[in-house]
Amino acid sequence: MLTIKDLAVSFRTRRGEVNAVRGVSFEVKEGETLGIVGESGSGKSVTSYALMRILDAGGRIKAGEAVYSGVDLKRASERDMQGLRGREISMIFQNPRAALNPIRKVGHQIEDVLRRHARADAQNARAKAIEAMEAVKIRDAEARYDAYPFELSGGMCQRIVCAIALACDPKLLIMDEPTTGLDITTQKAVMELVTELIRERSMSSILITHDLGLAAQYCDRIVVMKDGAVVEAGDPVRLFARPQHPYTRKLVDATPREGASIRELLPAEVRTPEPPRRISDEALLSVRDLVKTYAGKSGPVHAVKGVSFDVKAGQSVGLVGESGCGKSTTSSMVVRLLDPTSGRILFAGEDLAKRPAAGFARDPMRAKIQMVFQDATDSLNPRHTSRQTIAEPLRAMAGLKGRARAERIEELADLVGLPRPLLDRFPHQLSGGQKARVGIARAIAVNPAFLVLDEPTAALDVSIQAIVLNLLVDLRARLGMSYLFVSHDLHVVRLLCDHVVVMKGGEIVEQGPTEQVMTAPADPYTAELLEAAPKPPARDAA
Amino acid sequence: MNRRLRAVLSRLAQALPVILGVVLVSFLLTRALPGDPAAYFAGDAADAASIEETRVKLGLDRSMPEQFGLYVLQLAQGDLGQSLTTGQPVVEELARRLPASLELTLVALLVSCGIAVPLGVLAATRPGSWIDHACRLLVTAGVSLPTFFTGVALIYVFYYLTGWAPSPLGRLDFIYLEPPSVTGFFLIDAALAGDAETWFAALRQLILPAATLALFTLAPIARMTRAAMLSALSSDYIRTARAAGLTSRKILFGYAFRNALLPVVTTLGMVFSFTLGANVLVEKVFAWPGIGSYAVEALVASDYAAVQGFVLCMALLFVALNLVIDLAYSMIDPRIGFDSK
Amino acid sequence: MNTMTEIPPAKTALAEPQAPPVRSKGALDHVIYVLRDNPVTLLAFAMFAVLMAAAVLGPSLVPYDPLATNASEALQPPSAAHWFGTDNLGRDVFSRAVVATRLDLLISVAAVALSFVIGSALGAAAGYWGGWLDIALSRVLDTIMAFPLFVLAMGIVAALGNTIENIVYATAIINVPFYARLVRAEVNIRREAGFALAAKLAGNTDLRVLALHIFPNALPPMMVQVSLNLGWAILNAAGLSFIGLGVRPPTAEWGIMVAEGANFIVSGEWWLAIFPGLCLMFAVFTFNLLGDGLRDMVDPRRRT
Repeated sequence: MLTIKDLAVSFRTRRGEVNAVRGVSFEVKEGETLGIVGESGSGKSVTSYALMRILDAGGRIKAGEAVYSGVDLKRASERDMQGLRGREISMIFQNPRAALNPIRKVGHQIEDVLRRHARADAQNARAKAIEAMEAVKIRDAEARYDAYPFELSGGMCQRIVCAIALACDPKLLIMDEPTTGLDITTQKAVMELVTELIRERSMSSILITHDLGLAAQYCDRIVVMKDGAVVEAGDPVRLFARPQHPYTRKLVDATPREGASIRELLPAEVRTPEPPRRISDEALLSVRDLVKTYAGKSGPVHAVKGVSFDVKAGQSVGLVGESGCGKSTTSSMVVRLLDPTSGRILFAGEDLAKRPAAGFARDPMRAKIQMVFQDATDSLNPRHTSRQTIAEPLRAMAGLKGRARAERIEELADLVGLPRPLLDRFPHQLSGGQKARVGIARAIAVNPAFLVLDEPTAALDVSIQAIVLNLLVDLRARLGMSYLFVSHDLHVVRLLCDHVVVMKGGEIVEQGPTEQVMTAPADPYTAELLEAAPKPPARDAA
Repeated sequence: MNRRLRAVLSRLAQALPVILGVVLVSFLLTRALPGDPAAYFAGDAADAASIEETRVKLGLDRSMPEQFGLYVLQLAQGDLGQSLTTGQPVVEELARRLPASLELTLVALLVSCGIAVPLGVLAATRPGSWIDHACRLLVTAGVSLPTFFTGVALIYVFYYLTGWAPSPLGRLDFIYLEPPSVTGFFLIDAALAGDAETWFAALRQLILPAATLALFTLAPIARMTRAAMLSALSSDYIRTARAAGLTSRKILFGYAFRNALLPVVTTLGMVFSFTLGANVLVEKVFAWPGIGSYAVEALVASDYAAVQGFVLCMALLFVALNLVIDLAYSMIDPRIGFDSK
Repeated sequence: MNTMTEIPPAKTALAEPQAPPVRSKGALDHVIYVLRDNPVTLLAFAMFAVLMAAAVLGPSLVPYDPLATNASEALQPPSAAHWFGTDNLGRDVFSRAVVATRLDLLISVAAVALSFVIGSALGAAAGYWGGWLDIALSRVLDTIMAFPLFVLAMGIVAALGNTIENIVYATAIINVPFYARLVRAEVNIRREAGFALAAKLAGNTDLRVLALHIFPNALPPMMVQVSLNLGWAILNAAGLSFIGLGVRPPTAEWGIMVAEGANFIVSGEWWLAIFPGLCLMFAVFTFNLLGDGLRDMVDPRRRT
């Protein structure tokens, strides 16, 4: 149905021509779901934009062929393409709320597409739009018809986007990272819905994602891209069991999955034995009945409703839950950036909750508890070089100056594996992995005993994530730190943490040793979370 | 209660403290004007006793808070005091002259929007073309133009050099009679009276001053339209619309333009503020009998009631206008009033 | 399990591949890069240099005394002796126009500097700590912005007195809301950003975080506002002088020269008004062009 042969796409930029895609070939047969998997910069999205001919200004198809059911997509006129789009080939994108016109009712947006492709006229447009909404399993479609995107949840918005894409019964659906940014359970619901609709209508589809596990679960075949070219293609089970290309092997290894140890995320050549560490019996951090209530516009908001857990010295505890469960609020309180409404935070015998957050910066305990942030782009001051960023805690808390400070900075850079020349670069000149290392170096600069890590690898490519996670494992053994690891990714938590705490709606629903909770969950919500996480096929022994 | 209605009412309520602040500030400003109004009122031949008498009569011997109270009371009755130079009630004079200023400002804004908005849209849809560069040049140069200077330069070129424009002596050449007053807008009144000659005469007098004002406002409107369109066109929802096969026309006007209107409407408020100020300058250059030139004459004579009335009037006009703009905005944007920050 | 075996250093197993050394670029290198990269910026700075030269050296280099009258030479059109002609009192228009540069630049720079400092401080505090300070500030700003700005300046100068200092104060007051609002918004966005929180974790007090970490990041958009305001301030001062407030004759100032010259335009003596007006346009145009260039210089993201 769709044949792509030696496709090359380039962009005209101020610094010359950039080849985003260099000779990509694949096929999509009738009724087949193809997965295109790659990390950022691999050109996977650009390929699909190119065949839909919706590239940004400055982008063009340089060479190659793209044929859809006999139609030459490269040479078709814009008018013909406008006819094809939405009617034969449709696309859904990341970030569903942003993908909808914010000041237009969702029902009208569906009508626009229907009327454009002459599938409805002024009289029956509304009825047909409601039908399209019901087809994507939206309950109370009539009521939702008049809603605006900001009034709907993320999952509901994605359904509307699907309704728009499927309203005119296209034969090919392209999905560009449709689940990124959504909670695991919502992710599962969306993928199940789309898969069912595709099957019902005997459509073909292309799933573009960075998540190899997700692709393996929902696709018939997978194509792996790197730096604008295809490195390997094949059946998902075979790809996972016996990857041929070294890059595929690296990706497969780095995808967190059941049964793999943290070292197994790395390529075989660099695996060293996991360092041993001591976990004491004493609790270093004890949280008791922690509560946080905000005054909201329509009544009080109970973000955290009485949470209690312990972290022993040397232990790593995972805090998991979906968005809105209160895990980030809890971690902010633990690290003393936020004051609790009530409750105790006992650290090395002292109740830190009694010390207000506003003055904590000058507290002697400040150096003992530090934090690694999620989005490294946001957490590094754009005006500071890496050196200045790492120097900041040394200056204010350790009082190091001159030669001593410079030496310590270099020591830290070596410790986190950051090459010394990068110390003089600004954040926008660093890659994602490099920025993550700077953030970690800053956090461990004053030798904290306790480190809170708030989704530190969520924004990283999976192969970089593998490296950073292993770095964290080495550091905790070497420096004897305890971790509170906040994450929504259950597989990662399983690899890193000894003990796990599951939160929902501001409360702890279950906690216990990781293996126990993950294999035999006591609470149905934990079971639901485990069920929703994608399960990649097994790897043959490497 | 309907969420939108609630938002509208709260916006109206927000305007109240602002109005109070405006009244207070205008009172304070003009109480600080130099010159002694009592002496002026009493006349040249007055002695100290009658000056003092006049002072008491005007209430100028009371304390500031008392004077303010009196002032607010008078305001509530629609009394803005008496002009020192003409002896007429300020309210009447302002009312008489306001239509002249409004006609000038509105015609200028209409012309300006009519040119700037299409220019901005064209520049955004054809980036890098000559029209884009022309737009950018216009925007940078236009913001640099001093209104009084452009007025003077236009008079020189179109009146002195080419003789196309009439003499800059006000709204109507003295050989014509003013049309019977219905709205105070000569263009409308002349049309209502069916008087074509007067209509054209009024139009001819309007052209240069309106052009001067319009040149001034072209730049910010064009700049904002271009920026807003560019931003809208690169949004995710436009990508969705393209991927769904909607025609370029529909995408441009139905989706992008309507969304781009939002920041443009907000800019209009700021533009109007500048225009009301530039009005003062243009009226002086073209001897336009509006409230701007009234204020300049009053300032020079330290006619405090007139200046106070002018400042208050302008500010209230501006507050009312901002209110209208905010309400228009909330009509276009359904997100207002819903937990919007 | 209590023995600590040797942990291989992160360097060999997990380190980044060695990066080529970066030639560290200082601030001056970056300024030169910005000037070379964008010809418009270079042009703007060249024009600015001309203005500065006129302001600093002008009064000592002009051919005639700007205040010297000479009735016999009145209303002469531009010639070799008088490049811009003479005005109705026989004064050389060129000398007056050049000398006026100093006064107009001084007024606008002083006004903008004042409003920048006050507006930034208030806006930063309101954006960071919120609460009653934020509410009070918003009310005051709303009241100022409720007046058409030129009208307010007129009122303030009229009330305080017809002096140059008062033009500066009036212009400063009407410009404060722009900075205050801009800084407030920029600080608000970054208040919960990772790097601001990290600065707190590093042991900095709130004030240090605001002043040294958050505020410097608001500088690039403020540079654009500063240059625009410099232009407006000149126009404002000239406008006030045009209607008779502020600067008084015989002082040479562009606005007042256009006002005096406007009387002679209808009889064809165009040089009295047109030349000072063109100077005015040149100055404002320069500042407008400067905006983007200044922002690029201050924004670390433009550094390569």
